[in-house]
Amino acid sequence: MKRVYVNEEWCLGCHLCEFNCAFANSGLSDMVLALKGKPIYPRIHVEEGDKIAYAVSCRHCEDPMCVKSCIAGAITKEDGVVRIDSNKCVGCYTCILVCPYGALAPGESGAMQKCELCLQNSCGEPACAKGCPNNAIVYEDRSPKNTVIDDAANPACF
Amino acid sequence: MEQYVIIGNGVATVGCIEGIRSVDKESPITVVSGENHKVYGRPLISYYLEGKTDLEKMKYRPDDFYDKNGVTLLLGKKATAVDAKAGTVTLDDGAKLPYTKLCVATGSSPFVPPFENLESVKDKYSFMTLDDSLALEKALFPEAKVLIVGAGLIGLKCAEGILDRVASVTICDLADRVLSSILDTECAALMQRHLEKNGMTFLLGDSVARFETNKAFMKSGKEVDFDVLVLAVGVRANIGLVRDAGGETDRGIVVDEDMSTTLPGIYAAGDCAQGPDLSIGAKRVLAILPNAYMQGHTAGVNMAGGEATLKNAIPMNSIGFFGLHAMTAGSYEGDLYEEKTEDSIKRLFTKDDVLKGYILIGRNERAGIYTSMIREKTPISSVNFDVLRKAATTAGFSKQTRKDKFSVPV
Ligand SMILES: Cc1cc2nc3c(=O)[nH]c(=O)nc-3n(C[C@H](O)[C@H](O)[C@H](O)COP(=O)(O)OP(=O)(O)OC[C@H]3O[C@@H](n4cnc5c(N)ncnc54)[C@H](O)[C@@H]3O)c2cc1C
Repeated sequence: MKRVYVNEEWCLGCHLCEFNCAFANSGLSDMVLALKGKPIYPRIHVEEGDKIAYAVSCRHCEDPMCVKSCIAGAITKEDGVVRIDSNKCVGCYTCILVCPYGALAPGESGAMQKCELCLQNSCGEPACAKGCPNNAIVYEDRSPKNTVIDDAANPACF
Repeated sequence: MEQYVIIGNGVATVGCIEGIRSVDKESPITVVSGENHKVYGRPLISYYLEGKTDLEKMKYRPDDFYDKNGVTLLLGKKATAVDAKAGTVTLDDGAKLPYTKLCVATGSSPFVPPFENLESVKDKYSFMTLDDSLALEKALFPEAKVLIVGAGLIGLKCAEGILDRVASVTICDLADRVLSSILDTECAALMQRHLEKNGMTFLLGDSVARFETNKAFMKSGKEVDFDVLVLAVGVRANIGLVRDAGGETDRGIVVDEDMSTTLPGIYAAGDCAQGPDLSIGAKRVLAILPNAYMQGHTAGVNMAGGEATLKNAIPMNSIGFFGLHAMTAGSYEGDLYEEKTEDSIKRLFTKDDVLKGYILIGRNERAGIYTSMIREKTPISSVNFDVLRKAATTAGFSKQTRKDKFSVPV
């Protein structure tokens, strides 16, 4: 499976991934309209520590705690992707309680949000990786069988 | 070919079915469901009354879940006895179901202490099932005064769910604070202030001495008039079937980390089971939904001949009221690290170089990072705890841990 991976040596801490994520999931086609002057609700989060920075988003765990813990049955894993049905979510925060990566947070409506790899928005592939200026975020398949790095551009995005 | 039978049809049963099917795609599964409903999110019954969900969205699995998993669902049927020697389950209609592997996932039942003259109260309800919620809904009207006995998780969730639909909600509890099973005095006081601000009334450290139709006479001498009474004092694990079949029971059905009971071929999972709790190093009933799923899944895998154990179960809870969320996990022992503001509290408990537990009210972003430290017993000496205790961030982990977490294939 292709996944989002980060390389903390290369991350500049510029937070562009957060903006690209919020835009890709906004449903709008104009970035300024989507983001300017508004609080943003990205599904990726730049971690900043002592001289390090890197972005964290859902790992789409092999054995996801969030899926097992959701009191509404709103989180599912299909075809390797952990998804949340925001319609079913009642905002109890149990997924926040259990996610070891801190990868879920409420969106504007109060329902939980998480990275779904941009597979269902207009970007079609993770906007964070696509727009990362230093290739610190990559979208690739690192499973033992498949070590080819795929960074083909999607012209429909940005 | 196995013949699986599961008693109960809650989340532990779903975990069990999915656990079985991760190993055995063929053998038939029969589910005996006391409730006349397909599985729904039990905790959602208050959100239903609040209008935050509906009967369709409450479904915990899609309608075709049972068919797709080769499950025969017996709705509205109760198991009345288990014969561990013969390998049969007797139903209330007299039918006998043979099994080769059995999972008891019977959950818990409301516990009603013997209040004097409770019989005189006409409109009284428990708050455990969808049918309870639907019945309570019918009894509500805008001018109604509601008395809820029990300021625990269930009583307060019920109160939140109905507050906007009635004139007043009064909650009494023998304990001197709200949510006494998960919050200490100061944290409970913060939550209580918030609940009161939102319109709830409390009578704490007080209980009902006797009822007289629509009036409760409290031990303190106070009198409370009500139209509708909700009893949410506590719950008891449904252990009878296994106890009567000769299996070991205590507060729950005693299980090992593979969810096996002391009876051959019989497993138990969820609210009815008393399994290992890592946070206290002993067996305890952990009546929370994540645990029900995980225990059920573990039981299912083992029933089907696979190997699974649940070693790091801990009590953990996330409960929110009117936008203020309280998260708690583990045990509250050891050294305390604390941060407080007017409307938030953060308490982290550390001992023997590990994070033992926490209480987070109001500020709970990314709390799962702390939960994982408790469950994984991450040595505090291996992390930058000065950073981590201020904010739950993976940046506080060592470079190697970060690499393991974020760079290895998933
Ligand atoms: C109002 C409320 C709010 C809650 N909120 C939360 C929350 O926010 N977070 C959280 O983690 N947990 C919460 N819980 C707890 C959570 O719902 C339970 O931990 C979980 O549902 C337990 O699942 P289970 O499958 O073990 O049992 P249950 O869901 O109770 O299922 C057991 C089933 O077995 C049936 N049964 C019993 N005996 C028999 C028999 N002899 N024959 C046939 N069937 C039988 C019962 O009718 C029941 O349907 C809440 C509970 C309630 C009531």
